[in-house]
Amino acid sequence: MERIQDIESASTVAPAAAFPLKASAPHAPAQRNAFEVTTLNVWYGQKHAVQDCTLNIPERTITAIIGPSGCGKSTFLRCLNRMHELVPRARIAGTIRFFGQDLYAPQIDPAVVRRRIGMVFQKSNPFPTMSIAENVTVGLRLNGIGNRAYLRERMEQSLRMAALWDEVKDDLGKPGVSLSGGQQQRLCIARAIATQPEVLLMDEPASALDPIATMKVEELIHQLSRDYTIVIVTHNMQQASRVSDKTAFFYLGRLIEYNDTEKLFTRPREKQTEDYISGRFG
Amino acid sequence: MISNPANHAMRKAVSRCISGITLLCACLVVAPLALVFFHLVRMGASSLNLDFFTHLPAGPGEPGGGMANAIIGTLILLGLACLIGVPTGVLGGVYLSEFGSPRVNWTVRFLCDILNGVPSIIWGIVINGLVVMHGIVICGRVIIPRGFSAYSGGLALACLMIPLVMRTTEEVLVLVPNGYREAALALGIARWKTTVHIVMKSAVRGILTGILLALARVAGETAPLLFTALGNSFWNNNLAKPIAALPLQIFQYANSAYANWHRQAWAGALVLVGFILALNVTVRFLTRGKPVRV
Repeated sequence: MERIQDIESASTVAPAAAFPLKASAPHAPAQRNAFEVTTLNVWYGQKHAVQDCTLNIPERTITAIIGPSGCGKSTFLRCLNRMHELVPRARIAGTIRFFGQDLYAPQIDPAVVRRRIGMVFQKSNPFPTMSIAENVTVGLRLNGIGNRAYLRERMEQSLRMAALWDEVKDDLGKPGVSLSGGQQQRLCIARAIATQPEVLLMDEPASALDPIATMKVEELIHQLSRDYTIVIVTHNMQQASRVSDKTAFFYLGRLIEYNDTEKLFTRPREKQTEDYISGRFG
Repeated sequence: MISNPANHAMRKAVSRCISGITLLCACLVVAPLALVFFHLVRMGASSLNLDFFTHLPAGPGEPGGGMANAIIGTLILLGLACLIGVPTGVLGGVYLSEFGSPRVNWTVRFLCDILNGVPSIIWGIVINGLVVMHGIVICGRVIIPRGFSAYSGGLALACLMIPLVMRTTEEVLVLVPNGYREAALALGIARWKTTVHIVMKSAVRGILTGILLALARVAGETAPLLFTALGNSFWNNNLAKPIAALPLQIFQYANSAYANWHRQAWAGALVLVGFILALNVTVRFLTRGKPVRV
């Protein structure tokens, strides 16, 4: 089985014209790789969840990871900010470089990694003890920032970026959990970007939302990709084709194919990819 | 056509009979509480006055007098027990829920449950043998001097509290959904800050409930105090000396031969039950409306 790596083409091929927001955004002349993953293997106890995965994720793009349930896509995502370490008996081999730096070097503190590589989860999880405003600023406050004017500014800015400001600006003191499902998810995105990470990892961020809320979150992802590198796990192929620049297809713990989204969906190189995207299995 | 079996009437009768018995048993469970409370009020209320809360005990046969020293003594002992037992129990519970490995946890939990079953008088004897007889000396410095003292009484009560607080703390922390821990850690918040500001904060009412229930449980303990705090008919102005406590005073007065002491014992028992009842009502208040999400 051949894995496809076209790092070179990533910097030369313009994103598909279907994404006007992307196309109009000015591109850095030389696009670097945010992540360079080499022969990544992950085990949970005896279970070999990710096998020999090698790929590069360029900065300021949206990379979608698709595949059927249990194919290792969430595990792969969690390795990118060391969240998989929370699972007891998880083991990892291979290297992940983040702008050239080894994320798993012994002197690296996982908390620092996660400050630079934020994460949004499938199930929205605003902290129940905190108001909307407190939820947004918690990452800053608990990392030692106490300047109220600055916190206030970051809070408003993050909520605006998350397209939530106009809906909540009069209710900032209300509990975060009082919002609707879609609003809660955007609140979680605001919380994740308030600490100004460079990367946002999203684990099926819209799978628990209704179509309208999903559309809002997808629009938001588009907007954010001007400033952030985004990696999004989704089991919704339409979503992957709508939002992403590049797509990786995982199956049974292996990376089957990785290419520009347009190419992967129109001219897949692997039979398994074709079968999956045409709905023959998964 | 639907037809009843031949013994239908018999079955119905048996069913009614058994239902009746269960109802009767349920009433029998509640009855002692009503019995205790009404009896205490009948016997003790007449001796309950302002003097009871503000005066020292009167001598045998002398009229008047109160249990002020015993009431304050019980509060001091509970305070000491909290000082030792709450941090130990809560942090132990945090370890079990947040940090321990499964095998260590299993062992600690098992031992904790055994501790919960140790009769309270055993704690009295053990603290007597270890602390009252020898005192606690660390590196040549006397932490708790030898002899009966408020310190040793508080320590004995703390030993009873710790396993209770530890288990309830663990139980409420485990109920905090993992998503909150993940969300906090994914924001780059340190593990201990996540534990304190996110996990424990979400469960603070549950932890408080556990502490209050443990307090209510030890407030009436007499046996461990007999060998440690000993009791005192006067004010205690030195925690290294014996101290009065309501259960001890009740025990002493009820055992005496004097009618006015008997009446005082009833009043003391009423105050003690009222205090424990108040603690339990507070717990109800803290947990009201939210039986699961503490």
